[in-house]
Amino acid sequence: MANYSTNEFKAGLKIMQDGEPCNIIENEVVKPGKGQAFNRVKIRKLISGKVVEKTFKSGESVEGADVADMELAYLYNDGEFWHFMNNETFEQLAADEKAVGEATKWLVEQDVCTLTLWNGSPIAVTPPNFVELEVVDTDPGLKGDTAGTGGKPATLSTGAVVRVPLFVQIGEIVKVDTRSGEYVSRVQK
Amino acid sequence: MTQLTDQWQPSASLAALKQRAALFRTIRAFFETRDVLEVDTPLLSRYGVTDLHLENLVTHISRYPEHTFYLQTSPEYAMKRLLAAYQVSIYQLSKVFRDDEVGRHHNPEFTMLEWYRVGFQMSDLIAEVVTLLETVLGERPIHQFTYQQVFQHYLSINPLTASVAELQTCLSHYSHVADLAQREQDRDTLLQLALALVIEPQLTPAAITIISHFPTSQAALAQVDPEDPRVALRFEVYVGGVELANGYQELTDVEVQRERFTQDNQLRAHFGKSQKPVDHRLLHALAAGLPECSGVALGVDRLLLLQTKKSAIRQILPFDVTCA
Repeated sequence: MANYSTNEFKAGLKIMQDGEPCNIIENEVVKPGKGQAFNRVKIRKLISGKVVEKTFKSGESVEGADVADMELAYLYNDGEFWHFMNNETFEQLAADEKAVGEATKWLVEQDVCTLTLWNGSPIAVTPPNFVELEVVDTDPGLKGDTAGTGGKPATLSTGAVVRVPLFVQIGEIVKVDTRSGEYVSRVQK
Repeated sequence: MTQLTDQWQPSASLAALKQRAALFRTIRAFFETRDVLEVDTPLLSRYGVTDLHLENLVTHISRYPEHTFYLQTSPEYAMKRLLAAYQVSIYQLSKVFRDDEVGRHHNPEFTMLEWYRVGFQMSDLIAEVVTLLETVLGERPIHQFTYQQVFQHYLSINPLTASVAELQTCLSHYSHVADLAQREQDRDTLLQLALALVIEPQLTPAAITIISHFPTSQAALAQVDPEDPRVALRFEVYVGGVELANGYQELTDVEVQRERFTQDNQLRAHFGKSQKPVDHRLLHALAAGLPECSGVALGVDRLLLLQTKKSAIRQILPFDVTCA
C-alpha cells in the first residue's frame, strides 16, 4: 500500500495507525509563525470504532490502509458468519460477529449493505439507511392514539426493538431509519 | 476547505469587508497619532528568508532572466534597511506570502502589520501591542508569561533545561501528541509541539496572552537577553487560541546576524531543505548601524477574525486562496 504525505491528508483518507486501518475525519494544519508545521488529525479506527486525535509533523509520511467499500447483498447467517453476495459477480463473502456488530439487528435478506474491507476481509458492515421489518411483538392493548405521543416499544423480526406509534400492530411491516434506530412509517403489505 | 474551486463569488460578506476596511482605518489612525511613518517596501525582492520553517514563493522578471525573485514572507529586511538609513519609527500594512500554509487560520497570501519603534525596549513594544489590541478588541485580561513560566505553569517542566527524553516523557501524557513526541528527537521541534498543541489550546481564550523570552535556539532575529544568554528578547502574542503576533528587541550586531544566517542554512541542510542565499544588503545595513529598536509583526486577518468573532480566515478575505 502506498504511503501518504501529510499534505495529501483530507477527510476520508484511509491510513494505518497503531496497526489498525483508520479513516481521517478531520485534518487541521497548525503552523507556528516561526516554527515547525504540524497536522492535527482526528481519526476513526475502523476496527475498534474509537475516535482518537494524532499529530504529525507536516511533511511526514504515513502508511496508507488498503480499505475499500463494497455493496453486497445479505444472504444468511450460519450461526457463526454472516454471508453476503456481490449481485454482479455472485462472489460471496463472510463477515464475522466483530465486523457485523450492531448491524446484525438490521440485516434483511437481499438488502444491499456496504461492507468495508481491509486487505480483502470485511471489518465493518453498514446496513441500508432504511429497512423494512415485521413487528413480531408489541402491546396490542393500546389503541386509539393516532398522534403518536410517546408510542410503545415493538420487537421486530430481527430482534431489534424500536419505539412505534400506538396504532402499530403485530404482523405489520414498519420502515426504520437504521442510523437513528427510529420508526419512520408503516408499510403497506 | 482547501480544494480549489471555480467559485466567482467572494468568500467574505459585504459586512465583513466593511469591518476589514474599518480595521485598516483604525490601524492607520493608531500610528498616525503616535507619529509612526507608514512605508510600503517591495514585496518582490531578490532575496528571501533563510528561516528553517519559512518558505518564499518565487517568481521571475523577464528583464533579469538570471535572477530569482522572492515574494516576501514579511517586510522585515527592507524595513530594517529603511531603519538603518533614516532611524525613524515605521510601520507597514501589506500583503505577505508564505508557501505551504492553507487552513482555517492560514492563507498563503495574507495581510501583515509590521512595525518598528526606535528606542523601544521589548517591554515598551509589548505594551504598545496590548494597547493596539485593546483598541480593536476592547479591554481584555492580560496574561504575561516568560517562555519558561508558561511551560512550568501548564506542563510542569523547565523548557530551558529539560532533556529530549524528559520532554518526550512529559508529552507522553497527552495522547494527541504522544506518538509524535516518541519518534521526534529534535529538541526545538518538541518544544514547538508542546507550545502549539498542548499549551496554546489551554491559554485563556478571552485573554491577551504574551509569552516572552524564547530560548536562544529560537531567537530568529531577536537580541540575546544580556541578563540570561539562554533566552532571547523575543515575544509572541496569543488571543482566542491563535498566534497573533511575533516580535523582537531587534538584533543589531551584524556579526551575530551573519552567524544566524549561516546557522539557518546549516539547519536547512540538516533537515534536507535547500540552502537560501543570504540578503547581504541587510548585513550592510546592520554594518552601517541599525538603531536600537523593537519590532513586531501582527496577522491582521486573524485580528479581524477575532474582532468579528468568525471562525475561518476565508470568511474575512475577499477571496481566499481556493477561489483567488
